[in-house]
Amino acid sequence: MTARIRNRTGQFFRMRRFKTQVKSVTDTSSTILGEAVARATPAPIASRIRGLSDRSMAWLFITPAIALLLAVNIFPLIWAIYLSFTNFRANRPNAALESVGLSNYSRVLNDPNIWQAMQTTAHFVFWTILLQTLIGFSLAYLIDRKFRGHAFWTTIILVPMMLSPAVVGNFWRFLYQPQIGLFNHIVSFLTGIPPSSFEMLGSVRLSPWAIIIVDTWMWTPYVMLICLAGLRSIPDYIYEAAEVDRASLWRQFWSITLPMALPFIMLAVLFRGIENFKMFDMVTLLTGGGPGSTTEVASITLKREAFESWRTGRASAFAIILFVAVFGLANIYVKALNKVKQR
Amino acid sequence: MSSTAHSVVEPSVTSKRVAATIVVAYAVITMIPLVWIVLTSFKSPPDSISYPPKIVFQPTLEGYCNLFTTRTRQTPEYIISLGAPTSTCDEITRSRNMVIAGPSNYWPRFQNSLVIAFGSTFLAVSLGTLAAYGFSRFKVPLAEDLLFFILSTRMMPPIAVAIPIYLMYRQLGLSDTALGMILLYTAVNVSLAVWLLKGFIDEIPREYEEAAMIDGYTRMQAFFKVVLPQATTGIAATAIFCLIFAWNEYAFAVLLTSGAAQTAPPFIPTIIGEGGQDWPAVAAGTTIFVVPILVFTILLRKQLLRGITFGAVRK
Repeated sequence: MTARIRNRTGQFFRMRRFKTQVKSVTDTSSTILGEAVARATPAPIASRIRGLSDRSMAWLFITPAIALLLAVNIFPLIWAIYLSFTNFRANRPNAALESVGLSNYSRVLNDPNIWQAMQTTAHFVFWTILLQTLIGFSLAYLIDRKFRGHAFWTTIILVPMMLSPAVVGNFWRFLYQPQIGLFNHIVSFLTGIPPSSFEMLGSVRLSPWAIIIVDTWMWTPYVMLICLAGLRSIPDYIYEAAEVDRASLWRQFWSITLPMALPFIMLAVLFRGIENFKMFDMVTLLTGGGPGSTTEVASITLKREAFESWRTGRASAFAIILFVAVFGLANIYVKALNKVKQR
Repeated sequence: MSSTAHSVVEPSVTSKRVAATIVVAYAVITMIPLVWIVLTSFKSPPDSISYPPKIVFQPTLEGYCNLFTTRTRQTPEYIISLGAPTSTCDEITRSRNMVIAGPSNYWPRFQNSLVIAFGSTFLAVSLGTLAAYGFSRFKVPLAEDLLFFILSTRMMPPIAVAIPIYLMYRQLGLSDTALGMILLYTAVNVSLAVWLLKGFIDEIPREYEEAAMIDGYTRMQAFFKVVLPQATTGIAATAIFCLIFAWNEYAFAVLLTSGAAQTAPPFIPTIIGEGGQDWPAVAAGTTIFVVPILVFTILLRKQLLRGITFGAVRK
């Protein structure tokens, strides 16, 4: 049951384009030999023997998936880039289309509401990741004590992350009701505060935390699972050696456990960071961005611009900015992750 | 605590007990909201909104009846004139001075979810298996860049993708159609399928196919008769992941569908009764929607780690 990040992760981490000098290591000597034979044989005979050449065969396998992605992902993206330079409004499809240059971008970047939304998103991402990493890693550490029944309880803990954030998030709206909701009554039971004295979703101060709690409830198992893989990847002999050297448990934790699990923790943080940066469904159903705009994360602002104000051009500009931001941050982060892995 | 007979790395009995207690406590707390959903689905509407919340109550199927029907209020005389109730739901509805007017939209929405989730999963896994085999076995020019490109399509916020898709589908007549949603979910899931399946296929020794090809199989025959049977577990696990994504998806569904092709996630929050949200019905809808996923989670528990990290971490 050793978990390890294999060399394929390397591809994932090595996200830099055009810099990959390492040739693909996937082909074994036999295909190289096969190619050599194919090259040595005159072309008509080769094609008669092998049917299609390996290269055209490869494209035959890959093209359908790539074509679909081009049609449903890349073409729309290019269209969005084009729209971001125009004054297009989706609710007035027949109005004359004017090019507005970069003004959509400058408007987005100078819009205080959008900066407010970015700040809200950053707050949400920071706290959810901090809480999920702390709780998730601690749980993984405890589960790795391998007590009896740990596999069963691990499966139970994993359940929330498999459910629909929209459908379950919607139900949390009920749990958070001040009079009738279970959450307020549990808090009241534990602290003595009257259950109807606070509103998780209605108050400016508490609503960001209401969302953070649901997200942490849902996604802590995700971080836990990846951390658990990290802890299980540490070979026993390292601990045995530490024991021989009479290193204290505390020392073992800081010098062995944490550094060796760090790449896994960072991977979990990367995935959670990207996902929570895009967060839409759960927040929409819990608060819809309210009260006022206290929980309006970037995706909700984007949705309001695009599908309520119908400023499609400007919304496209904002979408492109968001995409570039995720992509750029993820790239920087992956470089840091690679440094940690190489240590 | 140390220097006992067993292995030095085996945690002590005390530390195991402490760990077990904390983990079990966490597991129990984390299940409370889910247990509450199931309990609420069996409550009557007045019980569901009682103050303080009721833990002990008279279970009823009213929530499930309300989920699947629409009802109208009638005079008691009219209800008596209808004669004996024909079903349990009929009886429950009449006890509230109402009669069943017809089926609700839940079942059609649930069917849409089924069609779209299974359709897109089938397509994504088919395309994904082909592409994964291509990447795994052939020298593809710029393979790493292509693989990264495939992954990066997952990084876009769904709303950002939805703007041009919305416009494109309006032009093509695909808005609010099951086909449009299937294509969209297929595109989103293909990236996951390629990454996961490439990992699974990489693990199948290529000597198998080479032996088959020496025996006279063509590349295609070798793929279908040798590689596919070997990759069944991987394909099944990938399919379940795709299915779960499509099943749970909300953002695209709420923006691109409104009626004919609407799936269950955007529909469930809109279930309302007289005077506000009908929480038992919402809970019933949520329970029915969530149970298949619980089953899949248990089936998948060994492959879960691989799935959620796009195959980056394997056990």
